[in-house]
Amino acid sequence: MMSTHHIKVNVNGQTHEADVESRLLLVHFIREVLNFTGTHIGCDSSSCGACTVMLNGRNVKSCTLFAVQADGGEVMTVEGLAQDGKLHPIQEGFHQEHGLQCGFCTPGMMISAVALLKKNPNPTEEEIRWGLSGNLCRCTGYVNIVKAVQYAAEKMKSES
Amino acid sequence: MIPPAFDYAAPKTLNEAVALLGQNPEAKILAGGHSLVPMMRYRLATPALLIDINRIEGLSYIREEDIWLKIGAMTREAEIDESELIRMKYPLLADTARMIADPVVQNLATIGGNIAHADPANDHPATLLAYGAQVLAVGPKADRAIPITDFFKGAFETALAHDEVLTEIRIPRHKAGSGGCYLKVERKVGDYATAAVAAQVRLDAKGICEYVGLGLTNVGLTPIKAAAAEAALRGKAPSDDAIRAAAGLAAEAAQPTADLRGSEDYKRSLVKTLTVRALRQAVARAKGG
Repeated sequence: MMSTHHIKVNVNGQTHEADVESRLLLVHFIREVLNFTGTHIGCDSSSCGACTVMLNGRNVKSCTLFAVQADGGEVMTVEGLAQDGKLHPIQEGFHQEHGLQCGFCTPGMMISAVALLKKNPNPTEEEIRWGLSGNLCRCTGYVNIVKAVQYAAEKMKSES
Repeated sequence: MIPPAFDYAAPKTLNEAVALLGQNPEAKILAGGHSLVPMMRYRLATPALLIDINRIEGLSYIREEDIWLKIGAMTREAEIDESELIRMKYPLLADTARMIADPVVQNLATIGGNIAHADPANDHPATLLAYGAQVLAVGPKADRAIPITDFFKGAFETALAHDEVLTEIRIPRHKAGSGGCYLKVERKVGDYATAAVAAQVRLDAKGICEYVGLGLTNVGLTPIKAAAAEAALRGKAPSDDAIRAAAGLAAEAAQPTADLRGSEDYKRSLVKTLTVRALRQAVARAKGG
């Protein structure tokens, strides 16, 4: 029972250790302690999904979780998507289908898309829209985002 | 916004969690955190100590045992949504879990938290009222089962003592001829209900309603059990007239207040329409298995 804690979190394949206050939110740990600024802060209240990251294999809103809760866990942010300089199929999909305009929601959107495709590699348009309904985009009207996810689903199928 | 400073403990056992609660009058239990953490950020809740029960093993399960479907309090909404057992036999619960917040929130939000937080806008409470469920509370003395009808005392107030932890939800085990449905009107995905209705029925061999459960969400300071509506339909065949009569009584039981989501009249009218539709669907599902 303390107000500061020593935590170890694996982020994008690398273990990071830090002393954190109880009240430090995971999103601030990721952005300000580890400098992975691809994870964004939007609404600050678990509505918009800009801060979505993978935690232990599930997509979560990192603004509504304390860093200490991730102690011992595995986090993947948008920076962890590309491997060896090669874009992840979802990144390629957003690029090819122009799935973004301002780009603010994009990191969270891509993490949720990856989580969706992991659970359901062959989603219908409706399932894609439902799977991304916790991530808000104020620019695109979602049409090209859906196309980007469809692109990634095809690509991942052909690769596997 | 960052919450004010607090202490944090992540006990490994329920006994430790209960002891910490007993020692700290300003402590709060942290489950999925998707209600509590935003409240802390807005300074609506300022616990001096958070007792994180996410690291206690054995609080996450879904199983049928004796006369109950038992669900561990830390079971995530996503796990309920993914459960084949719940999809096949407990459609009212499956509908409800799917309507909570959004799919990302569902990965952390827990059924126990949804109940213990006792926000009248939360969805599981009405569903548990419709099912006639119980919850199990573990404290420093003997565990106790609390009928859900005795659980909600007011907005954000429950029958739990400060040093009790809600550990299990018990829903009457599926019987042949049962069906249910949860219908919610929300302005957008993730919003609280403007109004929502949980309906559960069981038909006997002649098609007569031998059980009717109706719970209403976010149309009062607590979730509301529409008892008069239930009684009106019980013992009758679920004809359209009988369903409409029950829905009228459900709308009378609602105690909505006007807000950004609508006027009192609008919400009452929603309750009526949603009750008709939820009962029809519950009956259709009951007949289908």
